[in-house]
Amino acid sequence: MTDAPTPASATGRAIKLRPRTRLAVAAGRFVARVSRVVHFGTGSVIGGRVSLLIDKNLLSELTASRDVVIVSATNGKTTTTKLLSSALSSDRPVVSNWLGANMTPGIVAALAAANATDTAVLEVDERWVDSVLRATSANTVVLLNLSRDQLDRTQEVRKLAEQWRVALEATPPQTVIANADDPLVAWAALAAPNVVWVGTGQDWTADAAGCPACSGRIDFADEGWACSDCDLRRPSVDVAINDGVIAIEGKTIAGELALPGRVNRVNAAFALAAASAMGADLDQAFDGLDDVREVAGRYRIAQLGDSRIRLLLAKNPAGWHEALELLEGPSTPLVVAINARIADGHDPSWLWDVAYERIGQRFVVAIGERRHDLAVRFRYGNINHVVADDLESAIELVRQSPTYDPTLPIDIASNYTAFQDHLEYVGGVL
Amino acid sequence: MTSLPTTRLTDSAVRIVSLYPDLLGTYGDGGNAIVLSRRLEWRGIAVEHITVDAGEPVPDSADLYLVGGGEDGPQVQATRELEQSQGLHRAVENGAVVLAICAGMQILGHRFPDVNGTSRPGLGLLDCETVRVDRTRAVGELLTTSAQLTTADGIIDLGPLTGFENHAGRTIPGNCSQTLASVEVGEGNGDGTEGVITGKIVGTYLHGPVLARNPLLADALLGWIVGASALTPLNDTDVESLRVERIQAARDHELAPRRSWRDILRRS
Repeated sequence: MTDAPTPASATGRAIKLRPRTRLAVAAGRFVARVSRVVHFGTGSVIGGRVSLLIDKNLLSELTASRDVVIVSATNGKTTTTKLLSSALSSDRPVVSNWLGANMTPGIVAALAAANATDTAVLEVDERWVDSVLRATSANTVVLLNLSRDQLDRTQEVRKLAEQWRVALEATPPQTVIANADDPLVAWAALAAPNVVWVGTGQDWTADAAGCPACSGRIDFADEGWACSDCDLRRPSVDVAINDGVIAIEGKTIAGELALPGRVNRVNAAFALAAASAMGADLDQAFDGLDDVREVAGRYRIAQLGDSRIRLLLAKNPAGWHEALELLEGPSTPLVVAINARIADGHDPSWLWDVAYERIGQRFVVAIGERRHDLAVRFRYGNINHVVADDLESAIELVRQSPTYDPTLPIDIASNYTAFQDHLEYVGGVL
Repeated sequence: MTSLPTTRLTDSAVRIVSLYPDLLGTYGDGGNAIVLSRRLEWRGIAVEHITVDAGEPVPDSADLYLVGGGEDGPQVQATRELEQSQGLHRAVENGAVVLAICAGMQILGHRFPDVNGTSRPGLGLLDCETVRVDRTRAVGELLTTSAQLTTADGIIDLGPLTGFENHAGRTIPGNCSQTLASVEVGEGNGDGTEGVITGKIVGTYLHGPVLARNPLLADALLGWIVGASALTPLNDTDVESLRVERIQAARDHELAPRRSWRDILRRS
């Protein structure tokens, strides 16, 4: 893995860092190692926190001598960060926080472990775009989408769009790659001087009905969207995705991707547009995308006893909208797992914004700490379902079902912490 | 108050209107329409579900109107459009049932605070007023004592109400309204009560969605339309399991279910 942190590489061999910065980095590494030794986790976050206590400007220091690209969104930021890292890695050395620690401490920890001049491809939490952009003066910013996610924990999506807009005005990047089909993202990105617009064909519009610029209403039509009251409308696109073909800079890219589904084709288009804006060759960048077969365990196919399973992550309505398209076979059974821990948001009522009716005739087993919420949702969706206590019993129930097809992996679709549990169960991140 | 019709002709479909789900539908409250529709269909009663988006005319002839929760800006826009249209006002005059959740309940009252905390006039259909208070946002499980709804058939016992609340307002019920229940766990209206009822308009802070977690409330609303005798028993086994679990969770003051240090480290 070219973009994995390599602890052996000496920090600042080429670039001299301030003594305080060096101390901060060393202390962070020490704490991270202790954390790993006591099996507390990867230790990157806690290490980063300690580093930042010693040097609060550490992120600026660590990005002073490198190109930085920021990737943010509600959905797809981890995947797109991984795709972009891979697209760029044949062109230059890349460092990334692709394990998902996407706030300043995690980012600092990833950067501290790499050479000071490696290009940083940073996945950034939606709420941290402002502070990370300010600290890094990133030259490229990729903004994929904004939709509802864990509203009991984070701010409302509209306020996030406003934060993004203010951040782009305060620290304008050279290029912003933005989703032309998401009104909230488009409104935020219009504050930037130079935008490459990606026409994603996104059809999840439930979170953008009110105009972010005025109190008008966004009308969605086949040819694009526009506000009923003000001038805000869909910008004309520079990168388009039509029938699975990416059209970019006069070229069309139709090759297959290792990652499944329409949504990953969109993520790939963003990665290519960003790589191109950063000076990489398009064909070379596209070849790089093929190295990405799973993203932090997502889409992993694993053997569990006699069964093959496939791990899917879907943590909010927009994510489920895409995930339901990826399911194996027309009528094969399925396992759905929902938790509501702190990282998931404590209120799983968003389950009712997911069109689970699209599951159709499939047999579904509900697991996870909020399996009863799921069961009620399935009951009212007239979906054939049962509740099970854990993954093993769920798989057993699927195997006994008359529609089970042993030639296909069993899809296990989970939200965030349920997914992490299942990933650990099958052996963790490779 | 004028006497309201309690039953209807059963040969036509029950008409349910979801009002502005594009503006007020942030917390899964659209599920209430799904619950009501299925509970009618399963009993062989025809149902017609109509979604009215912002900018569209509000029909005044439906049987039941649903107004969901939402964010501050869209809340003001929804109030403006409903005030202009007067469709909901006419429907209420004609005896329609209304279920209004959270922000929806606030805008149906006499006054509510906007995004800046400024008090704005509401629709005045629900006899209550919402003010902003200086406290942290109420976020978490909300559990009430056994709730009651007074109808022409007498007092209906709804059992404890369970749901999830997420709001910053305090709602003061007026003299012409009743409350649904007393709060056992959580914030509710802010004075120890939860919910406001004026005639056949029911307001509540409960998300979940509220009717998915509280089927007796769903049936009570439908009873106003089709009569209690039309509401044959349904298999609510899944819902019962959920209620047992959630009621216990609220009593255990579950704010962070099985929150572990690993989760915190992973995420932040």
